[in-house]
Amino acid sequence: MDVLFLLIPLSVVLVFAIGAVFWFALRSGQFDDLEGPGFTVLLDDDAPGGTDDR
Amino acid sequence: MQIAAAAGERAATQRDTATCFHCGQPVGQDGRRGLHIAGEARAFCCGGCEAAAHAIAGAGLDAYYRLREHATGRPAREAPGPEAFAAYEDPALQAAFVVTDADGCREAALLLEGIRCSACVWLNEQVLSRLPGVAGVSINYATRRARVRWDPSRLRLSDILAAVARIGYRAAPYDRALADAAYQRERRSALWRVFVAGLGMMQVMMYAVPAYVAGAEGGLPLDVETLMRWASLALTVPVVAYSAQPFFLGAWRDLKARRAGMDVPVALGVAVAFAASVWATLRADGEVYFDSVTMFVFLLLSGRYLEFEARHRAGEALAHLGRIVPAQAARLRRFPGPVETEDVAVSALRPGDFVLVRPGERVPADGVVAAGEGAVDESLLTGESRPVAKRAGSGAVGGSLNASSPLVVRVERVGADTTVAAIVRLVERALTERHRLVEVADRYAHVFVLAVLVLAAATAAAWLALAPGRALWIAVSVLVVTCPCALSLATPAALAVATGELARRGIIVTRGHAIETLARATDVVFDKTGTLTEGELRVVATVALGALPLERCRAVALALEAASEHPVARALARHGAGGQGTVAAVCSVSHPGRGIEGEVEGVRYRIGTHAFCAGLAGPGGGDTPPRHAASTFVYLVAADAWLARFELDDTLKPGAAALVRRLGEMGKRVHLLSGDAEGPVRAIADGLGIVAMRAQADPAAKQAYVAGLQRAGATVAMIGDGVNDAPVLAQADVSVALGTGAELAQARADAVLVSGDPRALGQAFELARAALRVIRQNLAWATVYNLAALPAAAAGLVTPWMAGIGMSGSSVAVVLNALRLRRRDRPGEQED
Repeated sequence: MDVLFLLIPLSVVLVFAIGAVFWFALRSGQFDDLEGPGFTVLLDDDAPGGTDDR
Repeated sequence: MQIAAAAGERAATQRDTATCFHCGQPVGQDGRRGLHIAGEARAFCCGGCEAAAHAIAGAGLDAYYRLREHATGRPAREAPGPEAFAAYEDPALQAAFVVTDADGCREAALLLEGIRCSACVWLNEQVLSRLPGVAGVSINYATRRARVRWDPSRLRLSDILAAVARIGYRAAPYDRALADAAYQRERRSALWRVFVAGLGMMQVMMYAVPAYVAGAEGGLPLDVETLMRWASLALTVPVVAYSAQPFFLGAWRDLKARRAGMDVPVALGVAVAFAASVWATLRADGEVYFDSVTMFVFLLLSGRYLEFEARHRAGEALAHLGRIVPAQAARLRRFPGPVETEDVAVSALRPGDFVLVRPGERVPADGVVAAGEGAVDESLLTGESRPVAKRAGSGAVGGSLNASSPLVVRVERVGADTTVAAIVRLVERALTERHRLVEVADRYAHVFVLAVLVLAAATAAAWLALAPGRALWIAVSVLVVTCPCALSLATPAALAVATGELARRGIIVTRGHAIETLARATDVVFDKTGTLTEGELRVVATVALGALPLERCRAVALALEAASEHPVARALARHGAGGQGTVAAVCSVSHPGRGIEGEVEGVRYRIGTHAFCAGLAGPGGGDTPPRHAASTFVYLVAADAWLARFELDDTLKPGAAALVRRLGEMGKRVHLLSGDAEGPVRAIADGLGIVAMRAQADPAAKQAYVAGLQRAGATVAMIGDGVNDAPVLAQADVSVALGTGAELAQARADAVLVSGDPRALGQAFELARAALRVIRQNLAWATVYNLAALPAAAAGLVTPWMAGIGMSGSSVAVVLNALRLRRRDRPGEQED
């Protein structure tokens, strides 16, 4: 059971590490569009931009 | 307790002369004294603060210093005068955010920086509305947007901006890009809060489960359990301190304003449970609720996030509309001439420019087709899903999509004058108006929150007597589960979705109450036949009366009417388009209201009313009875003979009959009022199955008619053209105007039907009814939920995390129910 005294603090540190990773992901805009990327795989890369009006 | 502390603090600030009275910063060496405000000498850190305070107190607005919650931002050392804002006087720059309305007043949309509390809003409103020449100010605290209306002959925009700067705030033109950036920031921080809470919740749960499991078998070793508790505490601190911040801030704001908002019970619940758990951890004795706290915060934040996204999505129809105008346009260097284009920013376009719109591109501004022929998709503006045919001379609306072949468009209106800009402005106005229903719900919610606080305290007291160990979490559950968020969301959510959905179908709601009143209307009055007919005469029959062949008659009639813009002339032109240009008329003279006289190839002709023609040809013209009274008869005569008779008829709009039938099915009585003669009006009423009609009614008579209906207890919806008959529309409980283009901005109606299509009007009534139904469902659901949850929580059947689910779930259910109003069968869905 003594290993718990190592593992539990370690898990706390790990949670903070995961939080930091997510923070960077969020800051770099990876969560800004949660729907668009799902559609991009269905589209050809060389699709003409004719219908895209923006 | 907190309020008392805040009051004490404020008193201390006023006594302490070492801090600046205006911005609260320490008064340094160059500090200034001597300005008396509210009977006391005040100290200031700099000339800027002194000037700002002087401006505020000088205007008699020193109440601001009592009302404010935060020290004001430190203004610039020297407040800039109007000359610093002289650049904003440039009309080209103003075009982007200033509109001129019908009365000649200008209205600007500004983004105010430095607004921190409702006292700031009050101060700015007071200062601006006291400027001579300002006709109206409204500031939205939530969005920091200000709308200022002023009379340009008495005041300049730079004076307004300088007035705001003088009291220490900054006003900048409102820019959609800024608003988008703000949304993106808000979204990211909301997501981050949810994530922190979620991560904390999962891990704290991991530490809590062993204790639950081992609890049955005698418990964990004490040192392990203490370790777990400290680990849970370490992970709960960020959740409470960061993720739950919005609840605490909201609750603090509510308490300062002396009202009981939604956040008060939530913040209280979190704070009490967390404090009790920390105390238990420190003493290594008693229960901890870290798992409940984190889970509760996570669920609430998730609910809020979903709701935030749903609300944003509901408003997106509007935002999308604002963005459909492209950023670039292909301007023609010369027109007519060889096609040579240059790419320019749409904001650089000026009326009179010619732009080339290729197939698949959007028309950059309102204008007229100068060359080319094709079809344009206006579905996003009017809800009309079929492309509309365009040829030289047709109007082209900015934002519509060219569906077929290249068009050259002469630009007529740009920027804020365009149809799209007017639509967006109208909808925004409707959305910022506080709705009566919303206010009622909010008032109930406040009472409800107070009741919840009292009940939670009573529950805690009762359980302390019965079972002290359970009292705390039961009280927390009661606080949380009964929070009336769903109650206060029920109405605004449904109204926002319905407004967006109506805009998508080409009905622009411009007043907050329109949806509710449309749904409640018992009588629908069509003002003017033009609302049900095309408003365009059509030749339905041509009869030769003399020896001249019909073809020749048509050609002569066409030649005589060629120069005329009269509806009859246009109808004849459409009818006889084939024979165009074969002959030409000379010395044609128009006799208004009677007809036209002229010479074609040496022969004198008249075309017009029976009496007018009889004046040249003598009695005759046949006495064939009119086909029905609705027709207009036009005769063509020469000096010696009656030649031809044209029968013209106004055609019903497609869908008009269906609309009247549908309104009947909804249990609404349909009326038709018109200033036209009895015959045509009766024919239209008969054709549509309208029983209640009145012809030859002047505006006063129409108004009296509507007032009569209202006296009899009816709720009247009036459909008119919105520009000419404002008093009649104002008399009705709710008014819908049919309008396009520039008329939109001046429309005084509660809603505007952009397409003029009666079918869309039918949909509007149906959607309004559906919205009201959803509001009732939501209110019923929220009430039932709260009534059911309260006794269960008070009885100790609901743990805090279940309460969190229940409360978030009830709010999300309300929003999702509102989103049902966005149906699948809407037109114009091929876009995006």
